[in-house]
Amino acid sequence: MKRTALAGSLLAAMALLATSCGGGGSSSSGGDSAASPTDPAAVTGDIKVLTQRTDLVQDGTLKKYAARFNEIYPKVHVTFEGITDYEGEVKIRMNTSNYGDVLMIPAAVKTDDYPKFFASLGSAGELAKKYTFTEKATVGGKVYGIANFANADGFVYNKDVWQQAGITDWPTTPEEFLADLRAVKAKTGATPYYTNYKDGWPLTAWTQVQGAVTCDPAATDEPAGDPDPWKPGGDLNTGDTLLYDIVHDKLSEPDPTTTNWENSKSLLATGKIGTMWLGSWAIVQMQDAAKKAGRDPAEIGYMPFPSQKDGKFCTPVAPDYQEAVNIHSSHKAAARAWIDWFTDKSGYVQDNQAVPTLRGGQQPTALKPFQDAGVRFVEMSQAKAATVTAIDNQSEIGMTDKPDYRRHLIDVARGAAGGDLQGVFDDLAKKWASAQKTASL
Amino acid sequence: MSRARVWRTVTPWLYLAVPLALLITFTYVPVGNMIRDSFTDWDGVSPDRRYVGTRNYVELFTRPELFQVFSVSLYYLVASVVQIALALYFATVLSFDVRLRNLFKGILFFPYLLNGVAIGFVFLYFFQPHGTLDTVLGAFGAHGHHFWLSGGRTANTSLAGVSVWRFMGLNFVLFLGAIQSIPGELYEASELDGANRWQQFRHIIAPGIKPVLSLSAILAVSGSLSAFEIPYIMTSGAAGTQTFVIQTVKLAFEFGKVGLASAAAVALLVIILLVTWLQRVLVPDERSDLV
Repeated sequence: MKRTALAGSLLAAMALLATSCGGGGSSSSGGDSAASPTDPAAVTGDIKVLTQRTDLVQDGTLKKYAARFNEIYPKVHVTFEGITDYEGEVKIRMNTSNYGDVLMIPAAVKTDDYPKFFASLGSAGELAKKYTFTEKATVGGKVYGIANFANADGFVYNKDVWQQAGITDWPTTPEEFLADLRAVKAKTGATPYYTNYKDGWPLTAWTQVQGAVTCDPAATDEPAGDPDPWKPGGDLNTGDTLLYDIVHDKLSEPDPTTTNWENSKSLLATGKIGTMWLGSWAIVQMQDAAKKAGRDPAEIGYMPFPSQKDGKFCTPVAPDYQEAVNIHSSHKAAARAWIDWFTDKSGYVQDNQAVPTLRGGQQPTALKPFQDAGVRFVEMSQAKAATVTAIDNQSEIGMTDKPDYRRHLIDVARGAAGGDLQGVFDDLAKKWASAQKTASL
Repeated sequence: MSRARVWRTVTPWLYLAVPLALLITFTYVPVGNMIRDSFTDWDGVSPDRRYVGTRNYVELFTRPELFQVFSVSLYYLVASVVQIALALYFATVLSFDVRLRNLFKGILFFPYLLNGVAIGFVFLYFFQPHGTLDTVLGAFGAHGHHFWLSGGRTANTSLAGVSVWRFMGLNFVLFLGAIQSIPGELYEASELDGANRWQQFRHIIAPGIKPVLSLSAILAVSGSLSAFEIPYIMTSGAAGTQTFVIQTVKLAFEFGKVGLASAAAVALLVIILLVTWLQRVLVPDERSDLV
């Protein structure tokens, strides 16, 4: 009898211990807003910044930014924590109160939950005047996150390869683009297009085709109310059809299941790959890969989606990760000071050749060819981003930030799965329409 | 109660405290949480979760496509039959006095010691077109390249092959241990009676390792139903290689349906318990210390 009693109490004690560890706290300490400090000398505290750029943490680049930050805010001590699996890890840490003082908002956090996790940065009316894309992180008239920078979208390509294939001008229609890829294949021996199917996430860039065809800033919001986002003539339809045709006509790598992202950068830089559809953030990385391979970084080119409206190309511009202040942070003013400085004054945006989110900022030199060619930069609306993500999750399609349906599209195109393109679109539309009705919005 | 008696009662619990604490913290509490989550609509991040009753289970069992992925498990099930047969063969051969016995034991067991992630990456290169496998085949006259992982049957067979390579060592060691626990006099006696190797296997080894064999069968079935690591790392479930566990992981961490995914995990747990129970009913074995 005594034995069992002891065992029971032991069990109970452990269960208690475990539950007390497992319970997540949602209570906030201190205020729930982080206003910009007015007097830099009065701002104090240790802040920790979570980032997915582990490379910049390791090579000391971020420390250099922090040193320059300290020239203005001498009493703030900034440390960085680089996290390789940023999304997966931070999402789990957000069940506790220990997720840094400044962090990028993981995509998995529902917009409606922002006020539970992050300090408000100010009113939407005010901040929207200063920054673009604040609507993506606006809840109840308050902004909870500011994007450090935005990205344009297009095809990064190896100029040398395209020249060898005898192509001088950017193609203006998907048909022309396909013909060009065929020329690349025939004349250069390079793999005309590389899908990065295995790593998957580069495939998600194809969703950013929204706005590239229709030049409509509301194209990103449309799926929220549209039961068929894949209808003919739409951005997704045109983009996915092009991807399908590329793979179907064998203009992509022969075995997509064994692709490798890191490797693909040097393959493109050395002319073994013709082109890849990616955000403009990729230009710098490709140029770096070219330098490493002993090639001229100027060989890396960037072209808009092959479609014109009123004689002009369009490139959709959408925000990157948005930075926020942890609601549990005890140094909110210091954290806010960092976000302001990093976005406005650090030069991080220019160093990365990114599109600034600070209104009135200059376009990066990497996108100068776009400006010279009169490409329209379409600032994509983020007003219904939360709804679109909710429907996408409910439908299990994977339109936003997930590679699933495009992998299936490629499987169908290369004959590894049954069906045809129209069947894929019909199936997607059916799932989307039914999820629209059942998603809890 | 005397002091000695107190100690007598407490001592075993002191020994048990650490393993019990680990077991409870890392197995029973998470399982409890999972069962609780399966009745909520939690998205994996939000601080709030709403109890939705059995809605997740209703959804799970009214969507037959969620269970279709079990057909992929058949590849792993067939592979595990091959795996057990091979392990049994090697264990039997190496239980006799052969040259370089310990070296071969080491070689066969080694894959099991490797980390599953490392194995995934190694075999990713192995299966690449013009990769190791194609080169080796080329040496035997089968030139050209193959798309081992490109989809459907080939991909699943390749992946199941990797899992045979990895887990055969474990079966092998289990069998070898069981075989070696058979008293040596039995072999001597049988040799005196003129039994050959096959007869020794059939009448001495096979009955001697029956409990371990049935344990291996249970592990094989539950392993193939819950295959995850190798396909997840090598193909992330793309191109028709998605298993039930990969699908569950995607539901939870990609689409934010932790409630539904928990329900799926509970369903898998129940299915495996059922299969195990069925197996014990159909193939009962005598009480033994091994299992």
